[in-house]
Amino acid sequence: MADEHKLEIFRGLIKFKSNTQKIWGVLILLTIVTTVEVVLGIIKPEFMMESFLSMKILNWVFIILTIVKAYYITWDFMHMRDETTALRRVVVWTAIFLICYLLWILIQEAGYIFNTYDQGYIKRDF
Amino acid sequence: MSSTVSTSSQNEGWSGGNKPMKASYGKLMMWFFIVSDALTFSGFLAAYGFSRFKFINSWPIADEVFTHVPFVHGQELPMIYVAFMTFVLIMSSVTMVLAVDAGHHMKKAKVTFYMFLTIIGGLIFVGSQAWEWATFIKGDFGAVKTYGGNIIQFVDADSDHRVALKDFAQHIPSERVQHESKKGIWFMSESALSSYTLEEVIQGFEASPNLVVRTQIIEDNHKTVLSREESLRVLRENGSYVVEGANLRDNEYGTPLFADFFFFITGFHGFHVFSGVVLNIIVFFNVILGTYEKRGSYEMVEKVGLYWHFVDLVWVFVFTFFYLV
Repeated sequence: MADEHKLEIFRGLIKFKSNTQKIWGVLILLTIVTTVEVVLGIIKPEFMMESFLSMKILNWVFIILTIVKAYYITWDFMHMRDETTALRRVVVWTAIFLICYLLWILIQEAGYIFNTYDQGYIKRDF
Repeated sequence: MSSTVSTSSQNEGWSGGNKPMKASYGKLMMWFFIVSDALTFSGFLAAYGFSRFKFINSWPIADEVFTHVPFVHGQELPMIYVAFMTFVLIMSSVTMVLAVDAGHHMKKAKVTFYMFLTIIGGLIFVGSQAWEWATFIKGDFGAVKTYGGNIIQFVDADSDHRVALKDFAQHIPSERVQHESKKGIWFMSESALSSYTLEEVIQGFEASPNLVVRTQIIEDNHKTVLSREESLRVLRENGSYVVEGANLRDNEYGTPLFADFFFFITGFHGFHVFSGVVLNIIVFFNVILGTYEKRGSYEMVEKVGLYWHFVDLVWVFVFTFFYLV
């Protein structure tokens, strides 16, 4: 494992000379993404407050940027890029499928309960 | 003779020394653990999402809750400190991966140095989280809880800024003290009294004509502010008791579920960071003692590194769902 690191990110757009250099490169990327998140969170641009698929566009942006960060932490810091395809799929697909299902079923139910409170005969405002 | 052949090939496969998926036993087991732990955390975060969508129009706004930075007083600086914490954790992930890299090249001094930095980063993070908790528990403005379990907060009608209880509550002389088991009936006690009674808050509110009440309900990304008459009515008729700061039962910023999930999830994550620091310290001393040098491989650094990066990975999600979204 020791000497065979894959050194390109962005599908080969950026190629690093050594593993150490790649680590610093990924740090810079993660820092940029986090800074973008924090700046967006502070200024909250007006056009991003529109609702899209029952969530604000801003929140969708945050979630997508989080997944981008998660990808680089897993792929470069945890060396997933250098593991075999089988190991990568065993770990990532298992987690992704189960988490997607869990999120879908819970948030679906939560929306139902919200509607029951909102339009039903339950009084909470006292 | 075919059976003999298959037996011998079976023995080859099961006699050890194999690396399925080209990962050693220890690394594979660490991945198993990480996947299961990731599912645990996603269970928690999904439950948080459930509660949040259940109270989608009354959930506390994180920007109003976490506004503090150590040594900076009287300013509202949302997200600055937590961004710093995130950066510290990512940075300690970087030093960890540099330690792993140095381990691959069998450079003991470099591994020692980077492991040391990783431990320091982890300690700064855990310390920051403790401070964050303390600030949240202490609270800053105070609020009143209604009989219906809702939180009402006090704002200045002109500026829309929140006003702290201590700035308007009146002092009514009272003999009331906290009931401790050693003072009254020995099997009864109560939790600490709030700094002001509901009566003092109501009188103070009546005496300050520019104050109004803000409810939990969000409309157009802002909490609803009531008119002065409506505020007085709600406070007098629905006010139940004074809430200061946050705990598992009450939360001055809104629904108690927010505080419950905050304490539970960041607490569970903080416990992971703490365990990671302990593991890192053990590995750090083993590096110094030359255990891995003698073993001829620094794979243990890599395994503990996987765990450490995972903790960072979880924080990235906690950061998004508690502070940003």
